[in-house]
Amino acid sequence: MNEVKMLLDELAAVCANPKAQLDAAVADGRKCVGVLPYFSPEELVYAAGMLPFGLWGAEMQANESKRYYPAFICSLLHTVLELGLKGALNDLSAIMVPICCDSLKGFGANWKYGVGEAVPVIDVAWAENRKIPAGVEFTRSQFRKVLGQLEAIAGDRVSDAEIGASVAVYNENRAALRAFSAAAARRPEAVSPTARCAAIKAGYFMDRAEHTEKLNALTAALAALPEQKWDGLRVVTTGILADSPALLRILEDNQIAVVGDQIAQESVNFRVDTPVTDDPVEGIAQRLGQVEGCSVLFDPGKQRGKELIELAKKVNADGILWVMTKFCDPEEYDYVPVKRMADAAGIPLLAVEVDQQMVNYEQARSAIEAFAEILRF
Amino acid sequence: MDERKPAKIVLRELQDRIAQDAWDAKQRGEKVGWCASNFPQEITTAMGIPVVYPENMGAAVGAKGGGQRMCEYAEGMGYSNDLCSYSRINFAYTDLKRCEELEIPFPDFLLCCNNICNCMIKWYENLALELDVPLILIDIPHLDAMTCDADRVKYIRAQFDDCIAQLEEITGKKMDYDRLNEVMSISQRSSKAWLRAVGYMSAEPSPFSGFDIFNNMAVACVGRGTVEAADAFEQLADEYAALVKEGKSTFKGEEKYRILFEGIACWSNLRFTYKTLQSRGINLTASIYGPAFSFLYSNLDELMAAYSYVPNSNCFEKELQLRVDDALKNKVDGAVFHMNRSCKHWSGNLYEMERQFREKTGVPTIVFDGDQSDPRCFSEAQYETRVDALTEIMEQRKKEAAQ
Repeated sequence: MNEVKMLLDELAAVCANPKAQLDAAVADGRKCVGVLPYFSPEELVYAAGMLPFGLWGAEMQANESKRYYPAFICSLLHTVLELGLKGALNDLSAIMVPICCDSLKGFGANWKYGVGEAVPVIDVAWAENRKIPAGVEFTRSQFRKVLGQLEAIAGDRVSDAEIGASVAVYNENRAALRAFSAAAARRPEAVSPTARCAAIKAGYFMDRAEHTEKLNALTAALAALPEQKWDGLRVVTTGILADSPALLRILEDNQIAVVGDQIAQESVNFRVDTPVTDDPVEGIAQRLGQVEGCSVLFDPGKQRGKELIELAKKVNADGILWVMTKFCDPEEYDYVPVKRMADAAGIPLLAVEVDQQMVNYEQARSAIEAFAEILRF
Repeated sequence: MDERKPAKIVLRELQDRIAQDAWDAKQRGEKVGWCASNFPQEITTAMGIPVVYPENMGAAVGAKGGGQRMCEYAEGMGYSNDLCSYSRINFAYTDLKRCEELEIPFPDFLLCCNNICNCMIKWYENLALELDVPLILIDIPHLDAMTCDADRVKYIRAQFDDCIAQLEEITGKKMDYDRLNEVMSISQRSSKAWLRAVGYMSAEPSPFSGFDIFNNMAVACVGRGTVEAADAFEQLADEYAALVKEGKSTFKGEEKYRILFEGIACWSNLRFTYKTLQSRGINLTASIYGPAFSFLYSNLDELMAAYSYVPNSNCFEKELQLRVDDALKNKVDGAVFHMNRSCKHWSGNLYEMERQFREKTGVPTIVFDGDQSDPRCFSEAQYETRVDALTEIMEQRKKEAAQ
């Protein structure tokens, strides 16, 4: 148990202070590139010898960013912009900005004219028609373009062999994340929702190889724990982010374990490996066509809903918690049909709206307490 | 003396006829589609496939006073009031199957295009599921440079061809490529005539009230591949030319000030937004809808690129340039920016757009909060106060210039 706790604490410490990771990498002489969600080709950054640094917002009040974005844009983008405007991300050599949701489309210009050219923007376009050959080819061409920009920043060419090696590191990390997620679901008494989230999220701020090492050790340590019965509830989560400390504490207070997820920051990002292909960049583009369960992806037929229900059944969840990122259009559109699908499948689903600028979670607490009572009934 | 009906009547009748054609086709058992406003209309026009436009319905329902009722109904279905009001109106209609302000025939297929925004994709995904009809998406990625690159053109072209194949299967109608060339050529006539018509806004006074653009652009959007539309726009341009020659205008009262109006109209508050300006002698003489509905091209590859240049699909610098050029050409004294609650894409850079626009043009600007079809997001008092402030500055500047 001590080893489990020690490793979880170590990863939680990374999450609690990502800036320290950035500072350490820069002090080490390693360039860092900020990576905004969703599905930026992180492997290319890593292949260029740089550290991809995840930009998933922060729990803080955004003020300066409101000179650029109106208040009705998600806090994820507001707070990343706020950090940029306050100079907290000046050590980044660039940021990658996918242009895959309407709010993200405005981010690049707001950054460019607010933060300045010191941290240049790399626009990342990919095909919404991501499964058809022309879509894969377009995504490949755009990722190659991104690679050229990364090479200029790194000051060196990146070979296909280096990209292939990076893909292998990322696939190993994804495998480690899947194994950890499964182990955590079997040991809810040992891995709280807060600890689970931090262990996964830490990977966005660490070298992925190092993260894999920690996760593998953690999974092995969890497997060695004696069996223990869990009397609490089991839920799966869905949404963009479910990393709010206050929200996760409410789950813990109500004896609710997260036994699976369909969260963009979590499993959606590691459920599918990058295929190994002759042109490794094409493999990264193909992966985009294979990922499901994320509202920013073109999803005719709402595979997301089907996948979510299958997941809930597979892990024997008592219910689904939809962590709704406030002002996120794609999530708000998906909610209605997916809720109907869950209702039809007889799986209780609760949506709780979360915002990184929120300070009072009492409404969420009341809703979750009521949901827990219903699930226990 | 010209015995023809005025062009604005011809355009209105043409719009009604296009809508009626869709109902008649549905009645005959033909397949009818719902279509995104900036979907390449050349495909459906050339194939003789009737389509209707939920966005236009959203605007019309808003203008006729049904926006709030329909939006609230959609919210009752679980849709957040954060979402685009056009889509909420459409979801409400899809569920209710009726709407007292305007109805459109229900679709057998959906044609989606995200060059204006990605929320179109989610909206149409939900419709496809709800109505159990096929969905075809032409994805036009947002531009990250001033021009559309060859990779984008290739990708859009492949989807264009895929779309034709899928439509042939769904409707049983075949694409005639000679007819496609003809439609492309007619569309060029319409686009050039539209550009010529709106180009007359540079005259002083402008020969028309700029709010007319909001009415006329509906046909520019849905019917520009038809000979009737091309003729009507040419007639409209001729009428404006005649007014300019005579120094006359359809704008009621003296045109004291000229402004750029940025963003979609507040359809639910159209009269108020118009009257507040008009009563102060302010005419709209510049709007992105002028240059944006041109779609100029000379071959298929250029057509693909043209659909990347619609408002909101361009990079920030291009969007800014379009507005600044339009404002300078049309000699505006000020600008009104609509922070449209429905449109995260349009609003996401609006503050920066306003700042840089003001710097580059040197004219005063205001921003007001509103919505394209949900009147709950619009405040008459706020709008009036800000327009008053703008008027004062424009008046002061005119006095200073006269001294």
